[in-house]
Amino acid sequence: MARPGRARRLARPLLFVACALPLAWLLARAFGLAGTGLGANPIDELMDRLGEWGLRLLIATLCVTPLATTLRKPWIMGLRRMLGLFAFTYLCVHFLTWLVLDQWFDLEAIGDDLVKRPYITVGFTAFALLVPLAITSTSGWMRRLGPRWHRLHRLVYPAAILGVTHFWWQVKADWREPAVYAVLLAGLLAWRVQRARRRTASTRTAVAMR
Amino acid sequence: MKTPKPTSIPPSQITPPERYFNRREIMTGIAATAAVTIGPTAAGEAARLKHSKNARLSVADPPNSREDITTYNNFYEFGTDKADPARLAGRFRPQPWSVRIGGEAEVTGDFTLEDILKPHALEERIYRLRCVEAWSMVVPWVGLPLAEVLKRFRPTSRAKYVAFKTLLRPEEMPGQRIPVLRWPYVEGLRVDEAMHPLTILAVGLYGEVLPNQNGAPLRLVVPWKYGFKSIKSIVEIRFTERQPPTSWNISAPQEYGFFANVNPAVDHPRWSQARERRIGSGVFAPRVPTLPFNGYAEQVASLYSGMDLRKQF
Repeated sequence: MARPGRARRLARPLLFVACALPLAWLLARAFGLAGTGLGANPIDELMDRLGEWGLRLLIATLCVTPLATTLRKPWIMGLRRMLGLFAFTYLCVHFLTWLVLDQWFDLEAIGDDLVKRPYITVGFTAFALLVPLAITSTSGWMRRLGPRWHRLHRLVYPAAILGVTHFWWQVKADWREPAVYAVLLAGLLAWRVQRARRRTASTRTAVAMR
Repeated sequence: MKTPKPTSIPPSQITPPERYFNRREIMTGIAATAAVTIGPTAAGEAARLKHSKNARLSVADPPNSREDITTYNNFYEFGTDKADPARLAGRFRPQPWSVRIGGEAEVTGDFTLEDILKPHALEERIYRLRCVEAWSMVVPWVGLPLAEVLKRFRPTSRAKYVAFKTLLRPEEMPGQRIPVLRWPYVEGLRVDEAMHPLTILAVGLYGEVLPNQNGAPLRLVVPWKYGFKSIKSIVEIRFTERQPPTSWNISAPQEYGFFANVNPAVDHPRWSQARERRIGSGVFAPRVPTLPFNGYAEQVASLYSGMDLRKQF
């Protein structure tokens, strides 16, 4: 009888805790627990950390399929939804911090920024692309949408590209961190392009052999 | 608040440099105390500086806490995160310190910090500080007018600009091991900007010796310009005939001009400069409008009359 390995059984709860930790830590700092704090500029600190973790988790989500495929461990695929929803949670709070605390619902300023500041335009677009993905992440929606679900969820690729761009475009001189994300993302996308090519090639071979 | 050009001072009023830079006096006089007070600060215990309060040239806004001013810094020599300077500047030794004076002036050479400060009385100036990143603080600096120092070196009529340079010491300034900017950091002012009574050299804040992360032991403060103009840890002051290169302008010329006057009407190419977040005002405080020349327009706008501030930003 094949019992799932320990790694497999522990992966979910461990990943859940790992994903929730940065948010918990940020909350602890926001409420000044145990002498912590968010520093002199709490709003920027909140936005920066939330955006950073959102982007990291989004990239982690994109690692799931290549990992599961390369390691031939299909159960890894089962972690993708949780990672994706955590990424969305961080980015959602990031967006709300901007809307409420940073802009204080100043609709004129928000409209101005959305139109005139490319980094905000791309950041907002990336977030908007993720909203339908979060909504349709349930098993019910997966069933209802069938093959269209996969097509819809390809929106995660432009969202991730725009997310890295959003980070890159607001850096003043230290591009190291966004550069790391850009390289990782480029690698993950390149793997998918390769896989698509291989699939097309093998389909052609199969057709030719018929 | 017009300052006479250095060349318009009658020669009879100029004290000979030998009198300023008399080493024996330095060892015995007030400088003996200065040498002590400007010394290294052990275990975060900062030494008090003797100073008067200049209320006339101070703003009424409540100053930020010492905590905010000393833990939220853009000082890329110690790292690009705002918390890096407070964390990583501990190994930096701002003593002994000397400043090289060069270029278009009659008196040039290397002078110790004590030489530079000795003839002057320190005063407190509470200034607004507006960062190009759209946040601001209010800082109670202790310093002295830059003009008073510069005049002692008798700049010649060819001195149209003043160039400043920060120390290059990567072994104590870990940020300098990473080429995010071209090191050492350089800045510059037009000579009339440098001679303006609002422009000061700061050696302290909150009545105490400047902490390392705030630009110890000697920094520039130009309150109507974005913060990056106020160069820190100065080791060289040079009078030049041509406009000197400046670090952020070298890094991104389309984003950071030579003048960098605070101007809510001229946006940074990537973000708005119309409003700013006042540090310390709390999580639920909205941004406040940015004022032309950071609120110092009455005193400094005339320096730029006839200039197109959109082009010469």
